Amino acid sequence: MGRPASYDGVALVAPFSTNYQRYSIDTAHHWIATALRGSLRAAGIGPADLDGFSVSSFTLFPDTAVGLTQHLGLCPRWLDHIPMGGASAGVALRRAARAIQAGDAEIIACVAGDTNHIDSFRQLLSSFSRFAMDASYPYGYGGPNASFALLTDRYMTDYGASRADFGHICVAQRENALRNPNAVMKKPLSMEQYLAARPIAEPIALFDCVMPCAGAEAFLVMSEDAARARNLPYARLSAAIERHNAHATDPIQLRGGWTMDVDVLWEQAGLGPGDMDLVQTYDDYPVISVMQIEDLGFCAKGEGAAFLRARDLTIAGDFPHNTSGGQLSAGQAGAAGGFIGMVEAIRQVTGQAGETQVRDARTASVSGFGMINFDRGLCSSAAVLSTGALA
Amino acid sequence: MTQPIAPPPKKNPQVRSQSPTRPPEVRSRAAMHLTAAAAEGRFSLQRCGECGVVQYPPRDACGACLSTDLPWEDMPEGGTVLAETTVHASPRLYFRERMPWRSGTVQLDAGPTVLAHLHGDVPRHARVRIQARLDHSGQGVLIALPAQDTPNMEDDPLMRALSADPKHRRVLITDARSPHALALTRALRQAGAAMIFAGEPEGWRPYPQRAALEAEGVEILPMDVTDTISVQKLAGEIGGKTDILINTAQFLRPGGVLDRGDTGFARDELEVNYLGLMRLAQAFGPGMAARTADGVNSAIAWVNLLSAGALCNAQPFGSFSASQAGAYSLTQSLRAEFRSSGLRVMNVFFGPTEDDSWYQPLPPPRVTSSALARAVVNGLQRGLEDVWCGDIAMDLRDRFRRDPKVLEREMTMGGEGA
Repeated sequence: MGRPASYDGVALVAPFSTNYQRYSIDTAHHWIATALRGSLRAAGIGPADLDGFSVSSFTLFPDTAVGLTQHLGLCPRWLDHIPMGGASAGVALRRAARAIQAGDAEIIACVAGDTNHIDSFRQLLSSFSRFAMDASYPYGYGGPNASFALLTDRYMTDYGASRADFGHICVAQRENALRNPNAVMKKPLSMEQYLAARPIAEPIALFDCVMPCAGAEAFLVMSEDAARARNLPYARLSAAIERHNAHATDPIQLRGGWTMDVDVLWEQAGLGPGDMDLVQTYDDYPVISVMQIEDLGFCAKGEGAAFLRARDLTIAGDFPHNTSGGQLSAGQAGAAGGFIGMVEAIRQVTGQAGETQVRDARTASVSGFGMINFDRGLCSSAAVLSTGALA
Repeated sequence: MTQPIAPPPKKNPQVRSQSPTRPPEVRSRAAMHLTAAAAEGRFSLQRCGECGVVQYPPRDACGACLSTDLPWEDMPEGGTVLAETTVHASPRLYFRERMPWRSGTVQLDAGPTVLAHLHGDVPRHARVRIQARLDHSGQGVLIALPAQDTPNMEDDPLMRALSADPKHRRVLITDARSPHALALTRALRQAGAAMIFAGEPEGWRPYPQRAALEAEGVEILPMDVTDTISVQKLAGEIGGKTDILINTAQFLRPGGVLDRGDTGFARDELEVNYLGLMRLAQAFGPGMAARTADGVNSAIAWVNLLSAGALCNAQPFGSFSASQAGAYSLTQSLRAEFRSSGLRVMNVFFGPTEDDSWYQPLPPPRVTSSALARAVVNGLQRGLEDVWCGDIAMDLRDRFRRDPKVLEREMTMGGEGA
């Protein structure tokens, strides 16, 4: 595999998160517009200055990014639609960064957002993918709960992880979420409550599952020169990878596509896992966070649970993880669930995270995982961010 | 170990009957092939015609070599459970009403990994047998059964949901005079049917098996499928407790078009074989379709006994074959109309029978009534849609599938003429 060019000169600015709402009577258009405006305002930029636009959403139908340009009054010369769920942010960022480097666009907004109407989650599941329609939805699943239950069951069997190990992740994230005013979950969670929760799809119980909600996340990509000219705090993109349908012949998913590209990631970053000040993993279920910790090289395969158990995952801890509470405690706003870690990481390394700020955070890894097309997640992405200019 | 189902208590007429709900029905066209095989009780997957890799889920191009040559092939049933879950929450009403629901990831001996419903007697990470079954939406799904049969395994809630098992159910045989009525009665009794009704046309006319049917405890009630009033009357009496209807009424005479001087027999054939089916369906169908979620003895299946001549005209029964083709087409309409209720329509196709005197001049092989009855009960227990009973029916099916025009030409061979 050839060595990809660096992402030098690219700046990530103006991270913005809307509040998250359990149910919304508004549309995805509303939420995406809200996040876009928030991000543009933070950068002091008007919609007319925007010449690139990238969107991720599940509930825009019948619109795509194209319809949004007219709806929102944008006139970009570079347009992208990333239907990759939890891996969206890393993928959107890679593409946007290259467009900036090549001069195809000067300011690109990357936005992800979805609404959550009563019953819209059920309808989304029923038409999620052809393989799901043919081979998983008819088996009572109605979503990824059971798919992840199966992976979790096998992971626990093969590597000896316990429910309490997963609880350690969930409980710490709830503590982090209590400092995030946008989070849906407002009450503390104890290990006793975690372990006593009602089963949803054994071995997965209530607090292993994200709460579908409405919300949106956005950030801007421009050149470092442009960011400096506008006096904006920014993050550098030190490295980024993506991979799709990796390890297709594994009978059940116990590793993700990160394993294929992890060496490229750290080599490009010029950093290693031990250099990270904080870690944002995609966490629709805790087992997948554990897999990311392993597959990104923080520890060996099968040792993720023990690795995390030995560490304090809260904001002030020795291994700050999903500092805004992640999806498990902030909520899963559809495709914005793929952005929540990225937007929070930009805030962290630019010193704009406020209540959730990790002290002296200069580096962060952000990984994404998405699209249970049938029995496993197909898309994986990861990025390493570092401080460009602090707020 | 599966607990045997107890006979259901008498129904409280003041309690609302559950509305039927269904598992998801939508499938890709490719996936319908799995359903088509399941309709006959076969487990079939695609195997790439070029590289030989077995595919799942069903595809339009090989996931290994991009070939679009993906013929369906019956697969070995063995597999190993890699992981399992018991689902306690689902946004789908059908499953919500049946929680907790067990399913698992199964690595097939044939190659791919599948998701399957897990039978309650399957131990963790065990060897299993995979079957394809039709679910309540009439679509094929995979189930994993214990490697060896276990006691009462057919009483597992999963098996009840994916079959039309006569156990504890009440059955109406529409024509007690049918040469197959007695054999059907015995087979159904053996399968645990709770009650058997039989319709009797022209009660004033004696027939030998009446006493034997009575001795088997069959409740014989007047009904003539050519008489709308009599069909409606019986539906009014027992329609609410008919869980399985087996239409045995059939008018059979030899002859085609030219060797009959008039349309008399043809009219009888249509009255009984086509319109009789329609009368029965109009009288019994709506009530049965409303009772498909009614517990252990819910309405579950509509069974038609059809001549294999329904597929292709079979001499010397030319006109009769035409009535069977009409009836067959009508059963397809019934299937579509019953679909949203989950009421199953099972067609049992058979060739000349031993016990029907009109087939006497034909050479063997022939189907005995007890073989036909076994095929009906077995088909119900496996939840089939199409059952092919006897060598001739299977031969016709295979030839029809190979090339319907060739079959027609073979079946319409002329004698030496001028």
